[in-house]
Amino acid sequence: MIKESKINHDQGNIWRTPVNYERFPKPKGKIHIFPERCKECNYCTNYCPNEVLERSTSVNVYGYHPVRVKKGKEDSCVACGMCQTICPDFAIFVTEVRQ
Amino acid sequence: MTSLEFHPKHQYVREERFPHVWCPGCGLGILLQSYIGAVEKSGIPQDNHVLVSGIGCTARIPGYVNMDTYHTTHGRAIPFATGIKLANPDLKVTVISGDGDLFNIGGNHFIHAARRNMDLLVICSNNFNYGMTGGQHGATTPPTSKSASTPYGNIEPAFNLPHLAYALGASYVARWTVMHPRQLVKSIKTAMEVKGFAFIEVLSPCPPNFAKFNGFADGFEEMEFYRSNSIVRNEAKLDDISIDPFHGKPVVLGDFVNRKRASYVTLERELIKKSMEGSR
Repeated sequence: MIKESKINHDQGNIWRTPVNYERFPKPKGKIHIFPERCKECNYCTNYCPNEVLERSTSVNVYGYHPVRVKKGKEDSCVACGMCQTICPDFAIFVTEVRQ
Repeated sequence: MTSLEFHPKHQYVREERFPHVWCPGCGLGILLQSYIGAVEKSGIPQDNHVLVSGIGCTARIPGYVNMDTYHTTHGRAIPFATGIKLANPDLKVTVISGDGDLFNIGGNHFIHAARRNMDLLVICSNNFNYGMTGGQHGATTPPTSKSASTPYGNIEPAFNLPHLAYALGASYVARWTVMHPRQLVKSIKTAMEVKGFAFIEVLSPCPPNFAKFNGFADGFEEMEFYRSNSIVRNEAKLDDISIDPFHGKPVVLGDFVNRKRASYVTLERELIKKSMEGSR
């Protein structure tokens, strides 16, 4: 259930994992991308805390490689909305999925 | 992705004009999004907001906002905004423009609007050079940094914009970068509630010019450099926060000043009321 939890591994054990961590449901997000607006500026790929996004190999009409969701990471988005907040091109937004 | 999906902020932007003109990695889209986020949270109806800009890359922002906007002559955004505010004090007038427009060409208008404590919100996007014309140096270029017209390093000291605004009497002064979008939204929202002159400096990258001349690969790398070298000090001494990141000096960010001073529109209304009473 918390296989991907990076809570106290990446950040050098700043805090301990709460004992009741597993009881809380993780929010789940769905990522919507407008590929024709993306300019591959890399803000969202660098800012995603779960590293869900990557640059795709396909090309949009302006010659940029729009971002896409990584294969195998489709369920990793926690709907923090950081990509939506940081995207300069209004090319990505996140909706929370009710579970 | 179907065509039936809309961006959550689509009612505030002219989506048919997207993708916008700014370069990949430019921070102006984040500033646009932060402004819209603040408008959304401000509680003031969309129709009562007016956005004014001068000339430059930053001045293209009003073109993408779905409200009453003005794209005015070079450096003269603040006089236009002053006129709008005096004609209809119910409007919330915001000026978004670049450092070249507000401080190199239109510096005089800025200092007099701040001196009068005119009820405006001025947001200056500072990318340290004239981006649209090819990256020439200006009044905000940090010392020893390179630009198209200073290939051996800039020898001039740069403006310390928050200190300038504070010394002139602005009611609200803040500085953030586009890498702090949540703080920026909060700051713009607070500044919209201030009566009097509010000034926010927003550091943003210039990927093809300032970033390229100073050894950054792209806009993200430049902004990451500022972000990792920044500290947040709301109570910082304003004469000591000039931007000089290339000599190890941290970039000081924060909401520095929020004080009460009689604003121009308030004084004007009082004066009109007083003189009308006397004439009867």
